[in-house]
Amino acid sequence: MMNVWAVATNAFREAVRDRVLYNLVFFALLMMGAAILVGQISIGVEDTVIISLGLSAISIIGLFIAVFIGVGLVSKEMDKRTLYALLAKPVERWQFLLGKFCGLVMTLAVNTAAMALGLYLALWTVKHPLEKSDAYVLVAVYLILLKLALIVALAMLFSCFTTSFLAILFTAGIYVAGLFAEDLRTIQAVDLSPTTMKMLRGISYLLPNFENFSVMGAVAHGRGVPGGLVGQATLYALVYATIVLAAAAMVFSRRNLK
Amino acid sequence: MLWGRVAAGAQGNAWRVDVGGRVLKNAGMSTPAIEIEKLSKEYPYGFLNLKTKKSLEDLTMRVDTGDVFGFLGPNGAGKSTTIKLLMRLIFPTSGTARILGKSIEDVSMHQQVGYLPEQPYFYDYLTAAEVLDYFARFHGLTENDRKARMEKMLKKVGLETAKKIQLRKYSKGMLQRVGLAQAILHDPEVVVLDEPMSGLDPLGRREVRDIILELKKDGRTVLFSTHVLSDAEMLCDRVGVIVGGKLRGVGAPGELVGIQSHGMEILFELRTEGNKPPLLSRATRTGERYRVQLPEAELYGALDELKAAEARILNVAQLKPTLEEVFMDLVEADRAQASAVDVSGK
Repeated sequence: MMNVWAVATNAFREAVRDRVLYNLVFFALLMMGAAILVGQISIGVEDTVIISLGLSAISIIGLFIAVFIGVGLVSKEMDKRTLYALLAKPVERWQFLLGKFCGLVMTLAVNTAAMALGLYLALWTVKHPLEKSDAYVLVAVYLILLKLALIVALAMLFSCFTTSFLAILFTAGIYVAGLFAEDLRTIQAVDLSPTTMKMLRGISYLLPNFENFSVMGAVAHGRGVPGGLVGQATLYALVYATIVLAAAAMVFSRRNLK
Repeated sequence: MLWGRVAAGAQGNAWRVDVGGRVLKNAGMSTPAIEIEKLSKEYPYGFLNLKTKKSLEDLTMRVDTGDVFGFLGPNGAGKSTTIKLLMRLIFPTSGTARILGKSIEDVSMHQQVGYLPEQPYFYDYLTAAEVLDYFARFHGLTENDRKARMEKMLKKVGLETAKKIQLRKYSKGMLQRVGLAQAILHDPEVVVLDEPMSGLDPLGRREVRDIILELKKDGRTVLFSTHVLSDAEMLCDRVGVIVGGKLRGVGAPGELVGIQSHGMEILFELRTEGNKPPLLSRATRTGERYRVQLPEAELYGALDELKAAEARILNVAQLKPTLEEVFMDLVEADRAQASAVDVSGK
């Protein structure tokens, strides 16, 4: 585990020194602007607007980081050949992958936590004192982080066997498809054959179901999130990410470096 | 078994390999640090990767413990491929290799191996001190040990004053030094260096040579690749020549260039224009200086002529073939041998 930790902390350091966390400045500006503007134009639903906007921004910014940096975690090391010296140390390739994954998830966790803090500050600006139901924002942020971790795992898997450009396309494609996984499962089209329906249902179970992590609407309207749902989403993310990372490790373990 | 001399003019049993590339000389004399057996690497290419290109073909060789072994060959000969295979950066199509008795598939083997990649590139957001500390972590060193080794290595490669500068500001030569430092950071038994002199100025080259000699003095085994013959001559106990993915021969570097001595060269000046030695007709004039090339057997005769003419002798040197010439001779000899085997077989 020491090897994984060493790679993870270095990946985190890389993200910090490559100014990945600068996105927080953009988020802070967005939240400040929103707090000022929302206070003037949306009477009575300021908190709903701020929470919706804040969670959407956390999700979208995190998504960009997860996809673009997630793909680069492996491919950049191969392209720049920084991996050569590292893999000639007593390090297993899966340890390198897991370390990189943990490093980026750590970065995303710090980033998301900082943005959540910004969101609460904006919320406090339009409504104080805060209510008990506002604590559910943290649950939504946690589920966003789980979703992002899953996307990082997918980005890493694709970058293990294809080019960075295609890996970004595949990851983005799977993300979009994953948003509709639930719909694919329940689709009732009259003009589709039973075989096609079965196939679609099969695909829907293979795709990551990102609906599991979407509680933004409920939280924005002050509704709670059941603990069972959070537990279920956590387990789902854990299992799915483990399978994806195992597949990535399998591919990467026999990959010839250039 | 069919044995053949690889190079024309080879003396004794030096420079002998069998048709499969197995080395005869020194075989079984001491414990091998590196053993390579029939290692091959093919790369797929073309539409749908249907075609394959052989980058390394049935390489069999060994490097004895404590030896400095030079792996010579022109660009694209298969040197880096072999080293990458040993470092498990790429995987062999067939064959096996062991370092210090452990299979190259065994990751623990790397505890005792140091590696400098060709044209190394490290995390440019880190300083030299941070890079070394990072790599030292994988060898299970304590924080104090890591710090002590890092300081020692930076001093050894002459980077102690630049240790807090991010690598993105380093020159190519400085990166090469960082690469060397990380390769020997954990005091490995076997050090594998891919083109270690590349990108270094004369001073840097000398420092690397000193480090390699120091490693040898400490009983370490060093395998390094180069296409510069003088480096190999200066440092190596043995060298292996690889051309076109095939090992063409293994032996002491003196044997390599001694096999095909191109004679002698004398550089001289004439003190008086009137007294001309007979060999002047064979000499080439550059300014006031004359240069004449002759067979080694004629050297003393030529020196007597120059002495009689009261010439000022500036330099006498053995004419050594270029590495390319040696390569070409080795390749041609190998082809000739293959044809001979083919004919006798028929």
